[in-house]
Amino acid sequence: MSSVLFDVPGPQALRRQRRASAITIVVLVVLAALALFKLQTEGQLSGALWEPFVTPAYVQALLEAALTTLRVAVVAVVLSVLFGAVFAVGRLSDRAWLSWPSALVVEFFRAVPLLMMILAIYLVYGDGLGKFWSLVIGLVLYNGSVLAEVFRAGVNAVPRGQSEAAYALGLRKSQVMQLILLPQAVRIMLPAIISQSVVALKDTSLGYVIPYEELTSIGRQVSIEFGNILPVAIVLALMFIVANYSLSRLAVWLERRMGRSTQPASELDTGA
Amino acid sequence: MDTLWDSRQVVLAAFGQTLGLLVVAGLGALVLGTILGAFRVSAVPALRAVGTAYVTVFRNTPLLVVFLLIYYGLPELEVRPPQFWRATIALVLYTAAFICEAVRSGVNAVDSGQAEAARSIGMGFGQSLRLVVLPQAFRAVVPPLANVLIALAKNTSLVAGFGIADATFRMRGLINNNPGDVYVIFVGIALGYVLIVAVIAFIARGLERQLAVAR
Repeated sequence: MSSVLFDVPGPQALRRQRRASAITIVVLVVLAALALFKLQTEGQLSGALWEPFVTPAYVQALLEAALTTLRVAVVAVVLSVLFGAVFAVGRLSDRAWLSWPSALVVEFFRAVPLLMMILAIYLVYGDGLGKFWSLVIGLVLYNGSVLAEVFRAGVNAVPRGQSEAAYALGLRKSQVMQLILLPQAVRIMLPAIISQSVVALKDTSLGYVIPYEELTSIGRQVSIEFGNILPVAIVLALMFIVANYSLSRLAVWLERRMGRSTQPASELDTGA
Repeated sequence: MDTLWDSRQVVLAAFGQTLGLLVVAGLGALVLGTILGAFRVSAVPALRAVGTAYVTVFRNTPLLVVFLLIYYGLPELEVRPPQFWRATIALVLYTAAFICEAVRSGVNAVDSGQAEAARSIGMGFGQSLRLVVLPQAFRAVVPPLANVLIALAKNTSLVAGFGIADATFRMRGLINNNPGDVYVIFVGIALGYVLIVAVIAFIARGLERQLAVAR
């Protein structure tokens, strides 16, 4: 493999790399053994702590919680896309009374911690909204604002000649947006929307603070009952990793399928 | 309005806590993330695999689950750092994955002709890295790094769910005690976060401009 930093290795470099690889693997094995030893001496590997994950009643509770989490994520992502589209178009508008408030909303909700939003929504409107919608609305405000910026970037990424040609044909601005820019932008943005749904799926876990009965809250309840927070956290992490990793592979696959793209979607989301 | 003014000391102390977490966890994550980033662009396949595995695990796990693992999990192993440090470790482990990706994309953003040219005039690996690649990579890394630090500033709010009195924790307390002033309290605390985010963005923009070199 060659990259910015090095050429294709010759025989000597190859030997050196093999040696370094071997050392790395030895270090990893030693670290893993130490970790297992520590878990063993603290009794974390005893069957009693892992029992809930083979007990049908608890497995079912966890799977139901996973479904709840998925439901929150799906509703939140769908509404976020709508929210994002509305505010992106608003911000791209020529009318100042439309573009200014849109920009303000988008910038505000991107800068405020999501957990704080969810807590505030729940504390103020929780009685009327219920826990599900408090969580979903918080997620929509944040992810929708991020998506609004993604959409705006997507529309701006359509080559200028496209809109100029459309104007030259006599289309109005709204027509240019609907007929020319948005259809092309959606193609560019689809992988980014999927990447953002990874973020949304992870953020459903913030329901924990309300607490809403999604995966992490149920996991916490199980861990309090069995005194097995480490096994529970490891299982939760694995469930999230499997779901999110599949989603991001899907994004990469879509990106490849749709051909060239200027910016890998996987690098659009850098936080949260 | 009075509620916020009357509790200004509590609120300021809470933002002190938030900033403390941001700075300590940010420095920790920069160190760990840079090391992992170096792994990910290294010539050694096993090191690259370590970097990739770390990023895959921590980018796909919710920060809250990392908190459960570290905050409640470490004491189970008879390792008992104080609250603040357990929260910091969780934030560092999570954020390092994103810093690693930022560093990697920065190094990859350097045109490969640059390093090839450096090698062909006889520079060794260390020289080409130090004199040619890293100065350019650093410039490309500033914007994504700023985004990661902004995300970290917001992510520190998770400690509110674990009994650490940061700004979000105090917001909940103030709203519970003064239900009549929710909007003032919410907007006040939110503006505090907006200010932190704006300062990070401002510094990043300054750095970017300073590092910008006409090519």
